Amino acid sequence: MEFSHTQSLPLADIPLLSLDDFRQRVLDRVADGWRVTALFGLPGKDGVGLVALTGRDHDGKLAVFRTGPVTAYPSLTPECPQCHLFERELFEQWEIRPEGHPWLKPVRFAPSFPHPEGPRPRPGITDFFKVQGEEVHEVAVGPVHAGIIEPGHFRFQCAGENVLHLEISLGYQHRGVERLLVGGPDIRTPHLVETVAGDTTIGHSLAHAAVVESLTGRDAAPRGRWIARMALELERLANHTGDLGALSGDVGFLPTMSYCGRIRGDFLNMTALFCGNRFGRGIVRPGGAAVDLDEEARVELAKRLEAGRRAAFGACELLFASSTVLARFEGTGRLTATTAQELGLVGPPARACGLSRDARRTFPLPGTDPKDIPLSLHDFGDVYARALVRRLELETSLDFLDKALADPPTGPIGRPMPDGLPPDRLAVGIVEGWRGEVHHVAVTGPDGRFAAYKIIDPSFHNWFGLAVALRGQQISDFPLCNKSFNLSYCGHDL
Amino acid sequence: MFRILLERLQQGRRTVAFPESVPPLPPRYRGRPELVDGPCVSDCKAVCAGLCPTGALGFDHDGLYLDLGRCILCGACAACPGGRVRFTGDHRLAATSREGLILRPGTRPEVNPLEPARRRLFARSLKLRQISAGGCNACEADINVLGTVVYDLGRFGIDFVASPRHADGVAVTGPVTENMRQATRDTFDAVPDPRLAIAVGACAISGGIFAASAESCGGAPGVVPVDLYVPGCPPHPLTILDGLLRLLGVPTP
Repeated sequence: MEFSHTQSLPLADIPLLSLDDFRQRVLDRVADGWRVTALFGLPGKDGVGLVALTGRDHDGKLAVFRTGPVTAYPSLTPECPQCHLFERELFEQWEIRPEGHPWLKPVRFAPSFPHPEGPRPRPGITDFFKVQGEEVHEVAVGPVHAGIIEPGHFRFQCAGENVLHLEISLGYQHRGVERLLVGGPDIRTPHLVETVAGDTTIGHSLAHAAVVESLTGRDAAPRGRWIARMALELERLANHTGDLGALSGDVGFLPTMSYCGRIRGDFLNMTALFCGNRFGRGIVRPGGAAVDLDEEARVELAKRLEAGRRAAFGACELLFASSTVLARFEGTGRLTATTAQELGLVGPPARACGLSRDARRTFPLPGTDPKDIPLSLHDFGDVYARALVRRLELETSLDFLDKALADPPTGPIGRPMPDGLPPDRLAVGIVEGWRGEVHHVAVTGPDGRFAAYKIIDPSFHNWFGLAVALRGQQISDFPLCNKSFNLSYCGHDL
Repeated sequence: MFRILLERLQQGRRTVAFPESVPPLPPRYRGRPELVDGPCVSDCKAVCAGLCPTGALGFDHDGLYLDLGRCILCGACAACPGGRVRFTGDHRLAATSREGLILRPGTRPEVNPLEPARRRLFARSLKLRQISAGGCNACEADINVLGTVVYDLGRFGIDFVASPRHADGVAVTGPVTENMRQATRDTFDAVPDPRLAIAVGACAISGGIFAASAESCGGAPGVVPVDLYVPGCPPHPLTILDGLLRLLGVPTP
C-alpha cells in the first residue's frame, strides 16, 4: 500500500500478502522505476514476516508490503540485484532462506537472533569470489588498514595490474546497534542513533527524530528544525571538504589536501558553536533541537561561514584547475546510470551517474521546503563526477546556510514528546545525509516500544557500487575510487 | 604555480601555538566534569541513576562518583537536583590509570609520565599504529585531525604509521567488537617490545554507549594493557594531544 513518508501506519492496515504476491509486487514496482529502500524481518507471535519498502524518487511516494511468518522464499536478487545485501542480512539475522540467492554469505558475521548462542561465523572467513587462471593473482587487505580508518577486508582478483573483481567483506564494526534499540525508546536511544556513524551524527539523529515525530503525530518546532537543518548542511560541508582533500592527497596534490584538512575542521568547529561538540552530539532530538543558537553564535557562525566559503572555494579551484589531477580523476572508476540504478545507489555516487535522487527534495522533512536546495547532478559516473558533485554541493549548502541564518524563526526550539509511543505502528524517517539517503524504520509493539528498529545507512546501498566501479581499473585506482565513494563501515556494520 | 602560491598566501599559517598556549575551545564545550562536595537532595540516588545514559554517574559507599571512562560528556548530569555536577570547560581529561578516571569531589584525572626506560626511548620519537575496533569513526576522525596542519603532530616527533612493525605502540578506538578482538590483539602483538597502548574515547575505555551490547568486549583494557586513557565521545583533538604529550613528560598548559 502507498503512503507518505511523514505518515505512520497502523500495522493492521498493511495487508499480509502471500509470498508470491509479495515478491511480484516488489518486482513490479522496481520495474516501474521504484527502488527498494528497505527489506527486513519483522518478528511476530508466530514467527518472522518480511517487510519491504519501496520508494519513487520523482514524486516522493513510498509503498510497503509485508508477509506473514516465513522461513524460506524464492530470492528476489536474481531479478532485482539491489536486494542482494538485504536478503543476505535476512538470512543472517533471522535464518530466513532466500532460495536461489546467488551468493548467500554472512554480512556482519554475527549470530542469528533466533540462535544467539549458536556457532559464531568468524569475520572475514567465508567463500570469496575466485578467478581462476595462471596469470591471476589475489591481493588481500585488512581488516587493519594502513591509515587511520575503520576495519574491513578487501580481496582483489587481478590479472597483472588489472582488477577483475574486488570483493568487500565487512562486519568488523558490528556493535549490535539495532538490537540495543529494540525495547526503546529510553535514555540511551538518542545517543545510540547519534553513534550509528559518527560522521553522520546529524543525519541519523534527524532520521530518528522524524520516525518518532511521525509515530506520535507531533511536528517539530520550526526553530528546532531550523537548527537541525543548518547542522545537517554543516555536516555535509565538513565531510565533502574532507573528501575533496582526501581525493587530492590520493593523487599527490598536496596544497588542496592540506587546506581541506584544515577547512574541514573549521566546519566541524562551526557545528561545535551549537553544542560544544564537533560532531553535533546533542543537537537534534525528536520534536526539534535540544540546544538553541543564540544571537551572538548566529553572528559568529555567519562570519565563519563567509571565511569558510572563501577558503573552501579557493582550495577547490586549485584542484579542479590542475590538469594532472583531472587526468587522474577523469574516466577512473566509472559507473553507468543503468548499473547505478540496478544496484540501487544513493547519494553523491548516484547523482554523479545522473540519477536525480536527493531525499531533501523527494522526501522533505516536515517543516522544510523541497526546493530549498538545488539538485547537483553530473552524468559521467567517474571519480571526477563524484568529486564535482561534492564541489557543487558545497556551494548549494553554503547558499542554504546563508539564507537560513538571515531568517531565523522564533519560538521554542523543541516540542515535548509524549512518554509512550502508540502501539502497533510503522513509521519511516528519511534524511539526505551527506553520504546519501539515511533511512530509519521503526515498528512498535503492543506495548508501544520498538519491536523492530531498522537502520539503513547510505553505505549499505553503495558498497557494492564501489566494488563494481573498480572492475577493469588498477589496484592503484582503489584509493581514489574508495575516497570518491567514502562509505561508512560502522554505518553498514551497525 | 603562481595560483598555488597566491592561494597559499591567502590560506595563511594555521598551526596552533599549543603547548605554548591553549587555542580557543568552543564556548559551549563542556570539558572536564567536576563533582561538588555537598549533601545530596533526598531521593536523588534514584534520579542520578536515571540521568546518565551510560551509568557513569553513580553512588557507592564513598558517596557520589562520576566514571569519566564511561562518560560521553552529554551533560545530562548537570540536571542533578543537588547541583553536584558541573562542567569546567577544561580539555585535560586523560589519565594513566583506570581508577584515576573515577572522579569524586576534589579529584581530577592525572597523567604520570612513562617510566624512565620507555620515556627515554619514546620522548623524541613515538610512532603509533591506530586500531579502529568498532567505534563510530568519530574518534578516528579526531585522531586524523592531529595530522593536519592545525595540530601538526609530527613537530612533537609523534606519528601515526602504516604498520604495527613500524610502531612503538597502538592507539585503540571503539569498544573492541567481538569481530575485532582477535585483530586488535594480533596488531598489538606485532608491535615490538617495549611498546605502549592508548585507549582513545569512552568506547575504548569502557565500551561507552555500547557497553551493554553482547557484541562489545567492553573496550581495550580486556584485550591489551593500556598505558593512557583519553576520555571523551569523541575526545577533542586537543585532549588527545595533551594526554600524549604529558605521557611523554612534555609540559603542557
